[in-house]
Amino acid sequence: MKQKTGILAALLVLWAVLYSNLETLADFIVNSIFHLGKNGPLTSAVHFFIFEVPKVLLLLTLIVFAVGIVRSYFSPERTRKILGGKKLFIGNILSSMLGIVTPFCSCSAIPLFLGFVESGIPLGVTFSFLIAAPMINEIAVVLLFGLFGWKVALVYIITGLSIAIVSGYIIGRLKLERYVEEWVYKIQVHHEAAEETKVSSSERIDAGIDAVKEIVAKVWVYIVVGIAVGAAIHGYVPENFMASLMGKSAWWSVPVSVLIGIPMYSNAAGIIPVVQALLEKGASLGTVLAFMMSVIGLSFPETIILRKVLKLPLIFIFVGIVGTGIIMVGYLFNLIY
Amino acid sequence: MTIKVLGSGCMNCRTLEQRTIEAMKLLNISAPIEKVTDFQQIASYGVMRTPSLVIDNRVVVQGHVPTVAQLQEILKQEVV
Repeated sequence: MKQKTGILAALLVLWAVLYSNLETLADFIVNSIFHLGKNGPLTSAVHFFIFEVPKVLLLLTLIVFAVGIVRSYFSPERTRKILGGKKLFIGNILSSMLGIVTPFCSCSAIPLFLGFVESGIPLGVTFSFLIAAPMINEIAVVLLFGLFGWKVALVYIITGLSIAIVSGYIIGRLKLERYVEEWVYKIQVHHEAAEETKVSSSERIDAGIDAVKEIVAKVWVYIVVGIAVGAAIHGYVPENFMASLMGKSAWWSVPVSVLIGIPMYSNAAGIIPVVQALLEKGASLGTVLAFMMSVIGLSFPETIILRKVLKLPLIFIFVGIVGTGIIMVGYLFNLIY
Repeated sequence: MTIKVLGSGCMNCRTLEQRTIEAMKLLNISAPIEKVTDFQQIASYGVMRTPSLVIDNRVVVQGHVPTVAQLQEILKQEVV
């Protein structure tokens, strides 16, 4: 354990040194190795790429590690226990927040849904969890923080949470249980899952390292490709090009962005760098935020998976309510900024 | 001994199955591996995370893919 802490501390110092010198490093590579001119689209695109890729990867490594440790304190079983017996609204708030910290992957959405419903957690509260968990994930937050700054990252978390809370609450109030497949309520648990074992702090650090290995290995390609596309837009697309398409003056841009975003399937890692470049070219923040949320939060494959337990009307209601929430967030931010 | 891999057939489930087979080979254990993909059945084991590994109706792995070495440890414990 002592040795582990030592190595971690050394890595953290190395991380800080690297992170604070990225600008110098990027300048050096662009000027002294590639010998690119001071200005021009190519310089601007290459510099953007060389600076942003290591920056985002460094941030991602650190945050994923931290989140991995935090998540070792939570499990779906524990979350279910916390949510048991909670009323609507309070339950929705808790459930959305737990959606952020509970380990979740969309391939586990169904077993999780069944586990929640089976233990008597209200449908609306379950939905709050299912909306928050994919929408507010550490990858999205890291990229927003790295490319847009902490304010936008915070805004994203708060609005994402609000959408999850309100949508779940509405679904709960509408009493839509009849649109859940009948067999769901007939499930009988024959075998109790094994009790959770105690986790040592050394194992928690391992959990953090595992999370880094797993997530960084999975998303680095998307990040590199996303930033490359972003870099091309950054260097070659003229200023204000996006203003007429995704700017504030185009009122229809928010709903259209959401409609385009729903069937699009990309993870946060691929979409955010592109979206950031669009913003730079005159797209407005609300429109961009709405687009991003609908791509990440309302994904087509996930709704198809949910069809296994939900009847079609409930799927449409779910997509409709969340979609409307996202559109409202989009307009709100176009109004404020 | 009966061994079941619970999961809807995603990447992780296949990896878990392969690693379990490998771990069993190393320990000279032979037992049929059954794949459970039906959600109703998966839920009946009380698991909320896939992939899961069930040995003799006991859930021994939930929601992650252990290494072959870790699986060997798990199998050893279950056999005794």
